[in-house]
Amino acid sequence: MTLVSSELFYGAAGVGLIAVAVQCARRAPRSGRRGWATAGFYGLLGLTFCVGPRLPSEWVGGMVVAMVVLVVAGRMTPEPSKSGDEAMRRASASRLGNRLLLPAVLIPTVVVVGGLLLPRIKGDGWSLVDTKQSTQIALGAGCAVGLLAAMRVTRSGYRVAVEEGGRLLLAIGWALILPPLLAGLGGVFARAGVGDLVAQGIGATLPMQLPWAAVVAYAGGMALFTLLMGNAFAAFPVMTLGIGLPFIVRMHGGDPAVMSAFGMLSGYCGTLMTPMAANFNLVPALLLELEDRRAVIKAQVPFALALWVFNVLAMGFFVYRK
Amino acid sequence: MMALVGILVVVVGLVLRWNTLGVILLAALATGLGAGFSVREILALVGSLFVENRFMSLPVVLLLPAIGLLEKFGLQERAAGLIGGLSHATAGRVMWVYQAIRQLASTVGLTIGGHAAMVRPLIAPMAEALAKGDGPPLPTALSSRIRAHAAASENWGNFFADDIIVAIGPVLLMKGVLDAAGVPVGVVELGLWGVPTAIMALVLGAWRYRLLDRDVVKWRQTPKEEQTRGAP
Repeated sequence: MTLVSSELFYGAAGVGLIAVAVQCARRAPRSGRRGWATAGFYGLLGLTFCVGPRLPSEWVGGMVVAMVVLVVAGRMTPEPSKSGDEAMRRASASRLGNRLLLPAVLIPTVVVVGGLLLPRIKGDGWSLVDTKQSTQIALGAGCAVGLLAAMRVTRSGYRVAVEEGGRLLLAIGWALILPPLLAGLGGVFARAGVGDLVAQGIGATLPMQLPWAAVVAYAGGMALFTLLMGNAFAAFPVMTLGIGLPFIVRMHGGDPAVMSAFGMLSGYCGTLMTPMAANFNLVPALLLELEDRRAVIKAQVPFALALWVFNVLAMGFFVYRK
Repeated sequence: MMALVGILVVVVGLVLRWNTLGVILLAALATGLGAGFSVREILALVGSLFVENRFMSLPVVLLLPAIGLLEKFGLQERAAGLIGGLSHATAGRVMWVYQAIRQLASTVGLTIGGHAAMVRPLIAPMAEALAKGDGPPLPTALSSRIRAHAAASENWGNFFADDIIVAIGPVLLMKGVLDAAGVPVGVVELGLWGVPTAIMALVLGAWRYRLLDRDVVKWRQTPKEEQTRGAP
């Protein structure tokens, strides 16, 4: 039996999202269609956080479709966040000094320490947390401790916290649901065998009897499929089983450990260049209030291309060295 | 072959810059229908994976109240003031050091950063403050580039030193896939072959940050009249 489940924190996040939805709905009579769409979006998202696992999957799927329709039809756009006036922020920054940094440092500390300690708290037939959930629970605990510390340092109540959190949430907007929605697309791709078709296509077009061509095909396939899926972890099994093992390892006698390590890292280079990797590339652009949503990708492309070439060369040199 | 229709949807949608959410949903529907699934099956698949992967959105949602609250009371201004006193610090160097620390933590499987937890409240304001110095406000284009690079330093630090010493995430995934295919490999070996790329990522990071710093210097050296005209 486990005492604390990660659902506790999903519930808390869900309640917070619904609070933001209520805030938007209150303002909606003034802001019009977009306001109602925003309120509906966060309300539905809050529900999937609170009770998602207890609803039939088709219902959640329907709610996801409804959220996307609200975003597209309601022309929901991220709203720039205004956090009070600058003079006030400067004044309180010099008044509170480094105490302001304390909660910000406390959060990662609790997450790291909690992640190490929580799974060890257990006894005969019970444990504090499920080991698989310990990272998420440590994260939730870190955020809770950080929030309490922040409220204490700034002498603010929970209302201000909800308002400020909501302000940042609206700045991110609909991009928040991109990562889990992409996981859904990944599932449909996997079930339909899309990856296998792509791997077969690559295998059939390149001269795989050349050892270096097999390396380029595998590293290229990892990057390309990651570009489309936004996730190198999804590309890895497909490309490794479809190209890596049959050609590099079996046909040319390459080392599977070298191949896999550089292959996965080639996939990460793809992650840096695609809007499909929303949580790494789009969410931060919105979080940092960049007008060009692809600005982070643009900053990463030269680095990603150079590192991909390095990975191909390194794989080619080391994989056949025996 | 009809299943490949989804890839076409993704490519066309991204090139024409349709709403990304719409593109993904459309691609899922097209792929599913092309492969002969019913709409109900597709909805159930998307729904169950959405619930399973809520954890990807959880950190941002949980962090925002604390970060927002601290920002209202001047966290970004404090972070900027803290770093402004260091004489050798530049925007690029702060990002490089952040990337290096992030990579070092990653080698033992620790995740200590994040765009919401570190980059927006601390790293980006520090870098911008260093670029600005005592001069006039930075032009939007330059400050946007600095922020974009701050976000990039988080990604570079996060991705390219995974599990080199202690295997937690990707290395175990790789081992799982290879084991299942009947090709046994060692976890230690898989981790160690990540070292060359980890070092290369630091080198390439230094290159990108240096170019950014050079543009900052160039901006500072432009005559004052032009600077004020260029500022928004």
